[in-house]
Amino acid sequence: MSDVVEKTLTALPGLLSLDSQPGSNKLSSSSKLGNLIRGVTELTSKHEEEKLIQRELTSIKEQVSSPNTSMRQMKELMVRAIYCEMLGYEASFSYIHAIKLAQQGTALEKRVGYLAVSLFLNESHELLLLLVNTVLKDLQSTNLIEVCMALTVVSQMFPKDMIPAILPLVEEKLNHPKEIIRRKAVLALYKFYLIAPNQVQHIHNKFRKALCDKDPGVMTASLHIYLQLIEENPEGYKDLTTSFVTILKQVVGGKLPMDFNYHSVPAPWLQIQLLRILCLLGKNDQSTSEIMYEVLDESLRRAEINHNITYAILFECVKCIYTIHPKSELLEKAAKCIGNFVLSSKINLKYLGLKALTYVVQQDPKLALQHQMTIIECLDHPDLIIKRETLELLFRITNAQNVTVIVDKMLEFLRINKDDYTTIDLVGKVAELAEKYAPDNEWFIETMSTVFSVGGDTMQPDIPNSFLKLLSEGFDSVEEDRKLRLFAVDSYVSLLQGEPGKLPQRFLQVISWVLGEYSCLRADLEVDTVLRLLAKLLDMKTTSSETKSWVLMAMTKLCEGGAGVSVVRGVSETYSSSLDTVLRQRAQELQHLSQDPELRARVLPRHTGLEPLEVDSSLSFLDGFVSEALAAGAAPYKPPHQRQEELAQAKALSLEPYGLSLPLSMSSCSMTDRQSPMLLSISSGLSGNSNDLSHKGGSSSLKLDGVKRVWGREGYLAQREPAEESAHVEVPSTLRSPSQQGGADGSHSQTPTPTPEPELEKQQLASSLFVGLSSHSSVCLMGKSEPTPQRFRRKARSPASSSGASENISHSLVSPPITVDTLMCNNLLDSRITSEPDVSPLEQTNGSCDEELPDSDVKGSSPSLVGDDALVAADPAPHEEPPKDLLLISYLPAELSGLSHSEITPLSSDQSLDLSACHVQKEGDLVLVVFIYNSSDSDIQQILLELDSEELEVSCECDGAVGGARGHSVAVCQYSLSVKRPSVHVELVGTVSYQFPVGTPQSVQFSYKLPLSSFIRPLTLSTEEYGTMWLDFSHDTKQNLTLISDDPEPLAASLSVLKKKLQLHVVEIIGMEGIVACRLLQDQPCLMHCRLHAGTLAVWLRSPVPDLPDCLMYFCQRALQEH
Amino acid sequence: MIRFLLLFSRQGKLRLQKWFTPITEREKKKITRDMTTMVLSRQPRSCNFLHWKDLKIIYKRYASLYFCLAIENGENELIALEVIHRYVELLDKYFGNVCELDIIFNFEKAYFILDEFLMGGEIQETSKQMVNRSIEASDMLQEGDSSEWFEVELFG
Repeated sequence: MSDVVEKTLTALPGLLSLDSQPGSNKLSSSSKLGNLIRGVTELTSKHEEEKLIQRELTSIKEQVSSPNTSMRQMKELMVRAIYCEMLGYEASFSYIHAIKLAQQGTALEKRVGYLAVSLFLNESHELLLLLVNTVLKDLQSTNLIEVCMALTVVSQMFPKDMIPAILPLVEEKLNHPKEIIRRKAVLALYKFYLIAPNQVQHIHNKFRKALCDKDPGVMTASLHIYLQLIEENPEGYKDLTTSFVTILKQVVGGKLPMDFNYHSVPAPWLQIQLLRILCLLGKNDQSTSEIMYEVLDESLRRAEINHNITYAILFECVKCIYTIHPKSELLEKAAKCIGNFVLSSKINLKYLGLKALTYVVQQDPKLALQHQMTIIECLDHPDLIIKRETLELLFRITNAQNVTVIVDKMLEFLRINKDDYTTIDLVGKVAELAEKYAPDNEWFIETMSTVFSVGGDTMQPDIPNSFLKLLSEGFDSVEEDRKLRLFAVDSYVSLLQGEPGKLPQRFLQVISWVLGEYSCLRADLEVDTVLRLLAKLLDMKTTSSETKSWVLMAMTKLCEGGAGVSVVRGVSETYSSSLDTVLRQRAQELQHLSQDPELRARVLPRHTGLEPLEVDSSLSFLDGFVSEALAAGAAPYKPPHQRQEELAQAKALSLEPYGLSLPLSMSSCSMTDRQSPMLLSISSGLSGNSNDLSHKGGSSSLKLDGVKRVWGREGYLAQREPAEESAHVEVPSTLRSPSQQGGADGSHSQTPTPTPEPELEKQQLASSLFVGLSSHSSVCLMGKSEPTPQRFRRKARSPASSSGASENISHSLVSPPITVDTLMCNNLLDSRITSEPDVSPLEQTNGSCDEELPDSDVKGSSPSLVGDDALVAADPAPHEEPPKDLLLISYLPAELSGLSHSEITPLSSDQSLDLSACHVQKEGDLVLVVFIYNSSDSDIQQILLELDSEELEVSCECDGAVGGARGHSVAVCQYSLSVKRPSVHVELVGTVSYQFPVGTPQSVQFSYKLPLSSFIRPLTLSTEEYGTMWLDFSHDTKQNLTLISDDPEPLAASLSVLKKKLQLHVVEIIGMEGIVACRLLQDQPCLMHCRLHAGTLAVWLRSPVPDLPDCLMYFCQRALQEH
Repeated sequence: MIRFLLLFSRQGKLRLQKWFTPITEREKKKITRDMTTMVLSRQPRSCNFLHWKDLKIIYKRYASLYFCLAIENGENELIALEVIHRYVELLDKYFGNVCELDIIFNFEKAYFILDEFLMGGEIQETSKQMVNRSIEASDMLQEGDSSEWFEVELFG
């Protein structure tokens, strides 16, 4: 079809000559509008056009204000006014008439009136208030076309404050018999939701009804709302997953009417909308993801026609597959699909292929390797957009080995790029890469210089700030710091000797600061020279006054010992009379400090290092002032958002004349508003959601959460071996320089083929770009992301050493070790329990413990022993106290007795049984020990114990049958536990069933909760192993934790606390960073990377097991807080 | 969500503008200027996508007319391209072999078609038949007509 249109259109010779053209018969060539348009197109100069339009506007103005103008004429005039506005001439006099036309005209005129209004005004225009009544009237009209028009205009622009006035009428339309009205009503409500979410939250259940509408068009419209809702709160809509999957299945299967097809693809817009919703629902949720695997597979399969629209669907599918919980089979297909995009000859598809790769490389860097030659081609593509997208991709795969090549490419692009927005973005990225991976000082300073020159004054201010911070705080080695600063000084001096006039202001500020601070490091550089260079900056016309004050400050730092007196005097004289007060102050400072060396030494001490500034962010020093002001009757402080809200509320008009409910009362009306039984059943779930939403505005953190994890960093590497193998074929080994070979891994299976010259060049570039991407590379410790060993690692405030970390290894057990005394007592008992079955356990333990532990404070020890017995004898139905911890411990099986165990907790009891339990940590196992104490006098023959847990795997050595327990004796049962699904606390539910020889069967139920930390064991590995494992793990989480700050070595101290409390293994501490490893019992590792960052401990956890990082983070946080 | 749609000629003359979010007049003029210069300076054999601030611009040329659509960053570029195409198809169906002149002289009709196709920045109706039926039904309206007649036409 497009071809036809294009052909028809191109076939027209002179487009604007009006004779004998196919379209001309429809043109109202005799109309006034026709004349106007023709008049305008015939003109040659802008000036003439302006004259003509002004004349036209005057005539329109005259006519619209004349009382004799009919509505029909008014319609014609409005169209002309719209035309003039489109040409860029204001016709504001006609706005009010447009509203009048919409109000008073008949349907056809009304339509033009509404169109004019929607083109002229936007939702904040005050005239719009006049439209509200018209819209209200039309919404109630019996003429369906008028209703349609009203709904259309409402969704185009409607004042936020007036929504409550028309909301009930729009809502009513959801039940309209005509589907077109229902659909427009749903879209209008969607629009309301976007501009004023809290006003429509009470009708969420109606959205559900729209989703179930028998008309697919209405259902499609409702998906817009759902996409929005789910984006904000995916948890609240998980129950709808099956419905969405079913709908998608039906659409893909061609079950919709033919009307919905687009180029024989069934409802592509609907498909894409559904895929986007599924993507949100399945993210980080295995069970929900599992529901959609089948339909995703089918979507991939069905989209086979070679048309843009099928590629659009495929792209969305791929995105979804890579976002939800991974399934290897689907990932393979998706990877193949990306290949189709990337290798396509169509430039649009190639662009999308690059985009898809950019999403995916974080999880699967090898996919980039596979397409490296295409990526290289795109890098040299004449289309800047393609180039830009390629750089975005390269940015994601940058590591210490390819950083120079990639940054080169980025800078190259920056030099030809004209678009500010792109420049700002890219400059930030270059700075980030440079700081992270800089190979040496020279490169770093030079790259940053380019960043500052190219980025100019548009770049983010934090780039120069963090650069200066980096320079001043220094790194691990004092010598390196000196070299870096020295190099910066040299390079800046030579820049100033060149043409400083061309440098951006921000860069000049950086230069002034660095020279002021560090030029003294260069002994052979005379202060006089530097001062002269700086003074030259002051003389340049282009230098801003902000830069000038930076320069003056630098000079103040430099003018030590009477150096450059003449320069300083000249400058300070010039500027001490400056009109700019800041400059004047700086000049005064310069003057005074240069003359008073003593004062200068006090104000600007040299070589003291930077004392950390203490900032009281809570502004507590103002408390007194505030309370005084409050006492004097001042209004309490309200944060800006609250103020704005109140302002908006105050401004809202009173809507009482309409007799409609105000937004505040609406949540209550949703409760009473249930008409059909179907709504009743779902509204309970919805009321919770609407509550959530009402609070949403207040907490920005909620939204940020969503933002942060849009694409996650889940690298699902482990599951994609086949793709990985094919990826290796493409790098011919002959082309790699020896130094690169080390990084790019020699184990690739290569197929060296003879290559033509230009190809060779490209391949060389490829090998330098994609070096270090394979996960076998040991140099690249932790992949491309933040914790990679940084060259410019901020220095710890105090010299770091790792001695502190190793100190506490011996104390690594969670609970205090059992004392030897009890142990012995215990052994004794073990042997006796069978031999002396008649002795009650209480007596027995007491007795034996008594001998061994004369100082034991166990209740009921020797002095009262006899008395106790007497009591038992005297009372016929005594409810004996269950055995105490210490006593029960003695029942621990011998092989567990030496291990660390938790406190014995009573679980549950009835008249004859007392249940207690504890867990014992073995090296590769966690054993749950259940103590069943028969407190009755009779023997129990058979006790059955059943355990169940959602999170745990329970295996029992005794098959659940405990056997019997005699009266007043203890039966012990052991279970081995392993984690199925990590959760902060895991819970077991158990039932004990038993029966006395005479009597009915009884049962006792209990539950036992234990923290996940009990399952954590240290994982010993080397730094290299850690590096490779890190890359393979897909689930991660990051958080800043409180640091143990009262220790001279905060990092080591914090790690040792974690080690002690959580049994983690500290792999290595490198300066400000530490790497730690642990595992969840046998084979579920979790790696931790932490870094000192702004006074907190930035912790990053990674594991192949979902949820494990989050749980562990919780324990780390607790451990550090409790410390 | 679609943010705006602009139609302009090869000479940079604006033929149609539709803004789906509130924007000031000055901003509108600036965007229009930016769009025409950016799109018109594109080389042949370039892709149909551009970046502009945090938006993505999807454009396509049909004969002498450029269709330029701005979408939000997370959206699908290819489907946006098809939105443009479907709109051209709708215009073509309504005008019969549409050309730039049809849109110049009957721009209000082009707006009406657009309003039936997109609503509030989202696709409302993708069926060519349905859009045309509603437009034609509205076109049939004459002053004083009773509403039942076209209701039969429009709503079947």
